[in-house]
Amino acid sequence: MSNIDLSVNIGSLKLRNPIMLASGTVGYGNEISEFSDLNKLGAIVTKSLSLKPRKGNPPQRIVETPAGMLNAIGLANVGVDVFLKEKIPFLKQFDVPLICNIAASSVEEYVECTRNLTSEETIKAFEINVSCPNVKEGGLQFGNDVNAVANVTAKVRAVTNKPLIIKLSPNVSYISEFAKVVKDEGGDAVSAINTLVGTSFNIFTKKPKIFNVNGGLSGPAIKPIALAKVLEISRKVDIPIIGIGGIMNWQDVVEFMIVGASAVQIGTLNFIDPTAPEKIIKQLEDYCIASNVEKLSNLTASYIL
Amino acid sequence: MFIVNSPVVETLQVHENIFIQKIHSPEIASIIKPGQFLNVRVSVNSFPLLRRPFSICDVNGENIFLMFNILGEGTKILAKKQKGDLIDILGPLGNGFNLEGEYKNAIIVAGGLGSAPFPLVTRIIKNSKNILSLVGGRSTQDIITYGMQNVQVSTDDGSQGFNGNVVQLLEKHLANIDNKTTKVFACGPNAMLRALKDFCIKNNLDCEVSTESAMACGFGICQGCPIESTTNDDKYLLVCKDGPVFNVKDVVI
Repeated sequence: MSNIDLSVNIGSLKLRNPIMLASGTVGYGNEISEFSDLNKLGAIVTKSLSLKPRKGNPPQRIVETPAGMLNAIGLANVGVDVFLKEKIPFLKQFDVPLICNIAASSVEEYVECTRNLTSEETIKAFEINVSCPNVKEGGLQFGNDVNAVANVTAKVRAVTNKPLIIKLSPNVSYISEFAKVVKDEGGDAVSAINTLVGTSFNIFTKKPKIFNVNGGLSGPAIKPIALAKVLEISRKVDIPIIGIGGIMNWQDVVEFMIVGASAVQIGTLNFIDPTAPEKIIKQLEDYCIASNVEKLSNLTASYIL
Repeated sequence: MFIVNSPVVETLQVHENIFIQKIHSPEIASIIKPGQFLNVRVSVNSFPLLRRPFSICDVNGENIFLMFNILGEGTKILAKKQKGDLIDILGPLGNGFNLEGEYKNAIIVAGGLGSAPFPLVTRIIKNSKNILSLVGGRSTQDIITYGMQNVQVSTDDGSQGFNGNVVQLLEKHLANIDNKTTKVFACGPNAMLRALKDFCIKNNLDCEVSTESAMACGFGICQGCPIESTTNDDKYLLVCKDGPVFNVKDVVI
């Protein structure tokens, strides 16, 4: 046993290490548990949950792009009630912090979802997906409107005492302005970044490859953008950041931590190698030993400009 | 399901642009069922990023066989793998064909590369069932009959066999088909599967189809491969986990 301390804190949420599995890339835990010991992970974030079940978009939902992929799943999920009844019992058996990601089409729905979930003790924190259309305001995404993000943060904050993380959209000019309102309205942390809006067309049929036309770009293609967004937030706002975007190996984790992340989420990589997160944790420990880093969290925002 | 690194034994070009790769993988060979698939990582780099799904073509002893054509960068890399090169395989995935049952006659209907799963199907049922294999394509270069038995061919352009599509060829056999003792197994393009579904429902023929879809993970977490169910409007089935083989009555193709 080494004396390396891999633990990190996200506000009051203490994780045994900084490796979290990103929403939408781990389902509700059951499939990935066949490949990986969930108890070794820092945390897992559920697929976005909405108040009612959602069927999601018709096919085609995904397409591969250079060093990345586009997805437009359409927030397919079982809904809060089925989640509590059928998915929580499975997740309960693990000793890994469970973070519920919530998607909604109105502020009221975000609030109601959170209120219905917050008394479930297995759930240790909430992550709010604000990259959803605000149906009452003409379908513009909450995440692109700083006032809407402030409003969602404040209203959800009012109904839960659990750590509240807002997952920020990168499809904005200054992401730090969004992180600032999250902090001002009582949010505990931000995760950055959600996927970037992209599309891909078939040059012979002249039609989009994805039914939804646009999809969210993820994978190593977006890592430099994600790093720049994390750095921007880190320099401007004093709030814990969970770095997300194209992490493929332990070096990427270290890079995200250096530019300001307290923890990270692994997403697209889970589709390719669901055993990778566990390996990365071991490699981070090896890195700490080799580099004389006693406490991994000391890396956070250790950048030298 | 698990991930293994298995060595290539040989890569054969069996037809214009069609390759069969023999891989020594006792772990997979001992448990995989016909119609299941494998998700193969062709490169350790980020390009191509995602795994490629391939249905199991055949199993012989400790070796497994994959059949593919070169469609893009992934299959181009795969086709160049030499003896001893390791292939990163995730599987076995999905539900395969249900070959058990009282039926006496199996009709295999394959379109283009849809022939891929049938060498293993043929190997398993050839001693217990009568097999008729109908293989179709646009033209003679699309016809793949590797590992199949009692084959009849159709081509859209008439360059080989029956001039027409493979469902029309099946229709020609209708008078000789006893739907109580016959089961149809099919794989091919969606247009073929749609026509086959209409035909089988009209003639009350039991039919299982192997479907395909773009997908990322292959085991249910990405939710990237929905297929419409005929019985539940509220929820899509997933090609990777609920399929890829479905009873034709259960899905909208």
